[in-house]
Amino acid sequence: MDPMKRVEKDLKKCVKCGACRAHCPAFAAFQREPAVARGKVALSQHLLAKDIELDDQTYLAMSKCLLCGSCVEKCPNEVPTDEIVVAAREALAEQRGLTTFHKAVGRIIKNRRMMSMGAAMAALLGPLFFRKVPATSGLRLRFPLPFIGGKRHIPQLAKKPFLSRHPEIIQGEPGKPRIVYFVGCMTNFVYTEVGEAALALFRHLGCTVIIPKDQQCCGLPGMSGGDMETVRELAGRNLAILEKHEADYVVTACATCGGALHKFYPTVVGKRNPELLQRLQALAEKTVDAAVLLQKLGLHPEETGAGDAMKITYHDPCHLRTRAITRQPRELLKAATGVQLVEMEGADKCCGLGGTFNVYHYDRSMQINAGKSEAIRQTGADAVVTGCPGCMMQLTDGLKQSGAPTRVLHTLEVLARKIGN
Amino acid sequence: MLESRILENIKAIVGSENVATERQDLLCYGYDATQMEFLPDAVVHPGSVDEIAQVLKLANAEKIRVFPRGAGSGFTGGALPKGGGIVLVVTRLNRILRIDTENLIAEVEPGVVTEQFQMAVEKQGLFYPPDPASLKFSTLGGNVSENAGGPRCVKYGVTRDFVMGLEVVLPTGEVIRTGGETYKGVVGYDLTRLLCGSEGTLGVITKIILKLLPLPEAKKTMLTIFDSIDGAARAVSTIIGNKIIPTTLEFMDYATLQCVEKRFNLGIPENGRAVLIIEVDGDRELIEKQAARIQELVKPLGLVECKVAKDAAESEALWKVRRLVSPSLRDVNPDKFNEDIVVPRSKVPDVIRSIDKIQQRYDIPIVNFGHAGDGNIHVNVMIDKTVPGMEEKAHRAIGEVFQAALDLNGTMSGEHGVGLAKQPYIHLELKGAQLAAMQAVKKALDPNNILNPGKMFPL
Repeated sequence: MDPMKRVEKDLKKCVKCGACRAHCPAFAAFQREPAVARGKVALSQHLLAKDIELDDQTYLAMSKCLLCGSCVEKCPNEVPTDEIVVAAREALAEQRGLTTFHKAVGRIIKNRRMMSMGAAMAALLGPLFFRKVPATSGLRLRFPLPFIGGKRHIPQLAKKPFLSRHPEIIQGEPGKPRIVYFVGCMTNFVYTEVGEAALALFRHLGCTVIIPKDQQCCGLPGMSGGDMETVRELAGRNLAILEKHEADYVVTACATCGGALHKFYPTVVGKRNPELLQRLQALAEKTVDAAVLLQKLGLHPEETGAGDAMKITYHDPCHLRTRAITRQPRELLKAATGVQLVEMEGADKCCGLGGTFNVYHYDRSMQINAGKSEAIRQTGADAVVTGCPGCMMQLTDGLKQSGAPTRVLHTLEVLARKIGN
Repeated sequence: MLESRILENIKAIVGSENVATERQDLLCYGYDATQMEFLPDAVVHPGSVDEIAQVLKLANAEKIRVFPRGAGSGFTGGALPKGGGIVLVVTRLNRILRIDTENLIAEVEPGVVTEQFQMAVEKQGLFYPPDPASLKFSTLGGNVSENAGGPRCVKYGVTRDFVMGLEVVLPTGEVIRTGGETYKGVVGYDLTRLLCGSEGTLGVITKIILKLLPLPEAKKTMLTIFDSIDGAARAVSTIIGNKIIPTTLEFMDYATLQCVEKRFNLGIPENGRAVLIIEVDGDRELIEKQAARIQELVKPLGLVECKVAKDAAESEALWKVRRLVSPSLRDVNPDKFNEDIVVPRSKVPDVIRSIDKIQQRYDIPIVNFGHAGDGNIHVNVMIDKTVPGMEEKAHRAIGEVFQAALDLNGTMSGEHGVGLAKQPYIHLELKGAQLAAMQAVKKALDPNNILNPGKMFPL
């Protein structure tokens, strides 16, 4: 089935009013209509009508989307441009094959358990963590990536992945919630301290924490390249694994993984399959961001949070903001002892990572990020705090390159300062 | 198709990276908010007035059509490249050149986004009132070309009332300045006012001198619900008759309220038949007095409920009702024709009654809301284009709606312009020597009819 058929109804909703021009970070960077949500929707309408080709130009236009959902949030007609772009990328991948980069991504995230993904991840670091020379032609995007280092700041891989450090089940107090922790690749391999903080906080509250050893990548890196076969496969496996543990909550501390489980699994994976959709929706309902659950369970951050005086500013990850999670992390952070939260200008603006976008359009990605770095510096904060390891990587890259001493921390790290590690 | 010789010339003027001819690029500059679509032959992004002048000179000599474009958010097709040619996108000219706090004026380039400009002047305690619904993404050049309005026009006037001077590239490639930096000025014809609202048919605007006001100290928002449309309409004339001119007087009819309520459950009382959102701005003490007086005045007019916002957050909540209108309308029918008739404000109830009769006669849902304070009503004819015959029926109904507005000494369009969308009806309003005078102006300035040809009226 043509992936564009999946979004046929959505495509009809766009009336080309242009409201997305005010909110699309890709448009802000490129300043050309094919990069804005409205343009990509228009081209998708022509793809559906089969009067344009799945050629280099279409590929190039569709690559200019961060899947951040900023346009969806503000669209007067609620057009899900992120889902439409995913469909178009799937159509492109089906017709033209995956790019070398995405073939590698798919191979690694689909064919290995996350436990043993370490070495492969290191190999993947080439394209992921080194700058690909930005292509101006769509054709060039298909050729092998030059694995050369740029000015990009490369995060260190953790010595021991988070999943190998802890038993699968950590018993809590009777009568307290049973939670399954969906860790995510970035936390497992790079920002293990985020995982440690999550574990410490939920144990502090007496929860039984289950960390399934066989959990998989959420699949979003695949989705970003149109590799929907991999996404479906991973969604199916994660669904079975997460259902098996019969927990009260499925917790994520990565906005992107949370976005996958909570939004993209039902809307993109489940769309053609009612039986699967029902199960994915049940999973989505159980899925909760760590900060939201901590607040719900009555965490008192003044007991657990930072002792030393610390001035912070908060960055809204797109995949939390579009799920209306903006208030809870701020409230928790404000309540933490010693923490002074100052708002930056445009806290809700995308950091510019956008998965594949950062790989294929690194310069534009950093152009979007430059405004963010500047806003952070203006606050004079000691640290910028956020709820997504993807954003953490991008914010670190931008701040290091601009020479700012500002630290980058996860919300949970600030909240767990007294009890963590 | 453009000859490659001409394309090469254009590339030499603006740089090849600023000329696009790929099909995907052309498709993305062939639409606007009208849902019509035309394919241009090339999309050109000039970077200066000089480049624009050179492109127009070339186009005039070669008799190639040129379609100036800002954000492409118009409702009548003013920027659409019907018949093919060059789409001339002016958004690279997007600098605020100066904000002069002593003379209360600003000079901007046409690609500046309206809201960005408003925020910049407000930082200096100044105010640029015109507020079209698209202000977050529309450009000032587009606003001037279409003479954009908005809710605040009741008190402050439309875009034209704030344009003091322009720099314009004529269709033949000469650069002229009109008006200037002084409030007074009577030498020669007032070309500034002629160009405002000329829909890009007489010249490409490259600089705009705008009048600014001091930023009002505060504002106060009230949401009033009436048990009849007449009550709401009488409220408008009563308030103004009592010498209070609110900043906005936004109106929503029963059909609109039903749409919003069904979708968003805002708790609008059952006997509510019309809503007015009233906002006053100015000196803090004065607006408190005005707000109290307004409440007194509207009470006997079948007032069901009156909510007064205490702070900015509450004001935001009251405006939400208005903002939810657009997304709710599609529940009535998937497609809409969004018209914007104007009648003298005292005639609003009459025109609403006429529209109601038209809707019954044609059996097509029509939803009305808009700027009651200046008699500018957004008439939304809701249809389903997949139903055979419905679109044709809608066009006939729209013709009758326009005639109804004209019969009450009104006009077909207060904000959106004519473009392509309203052209079939233009003969209802522009006639004989009046139309000929306009056509003569166009012919004098654009002898080869290359600039935005076929818009507004046939030549």
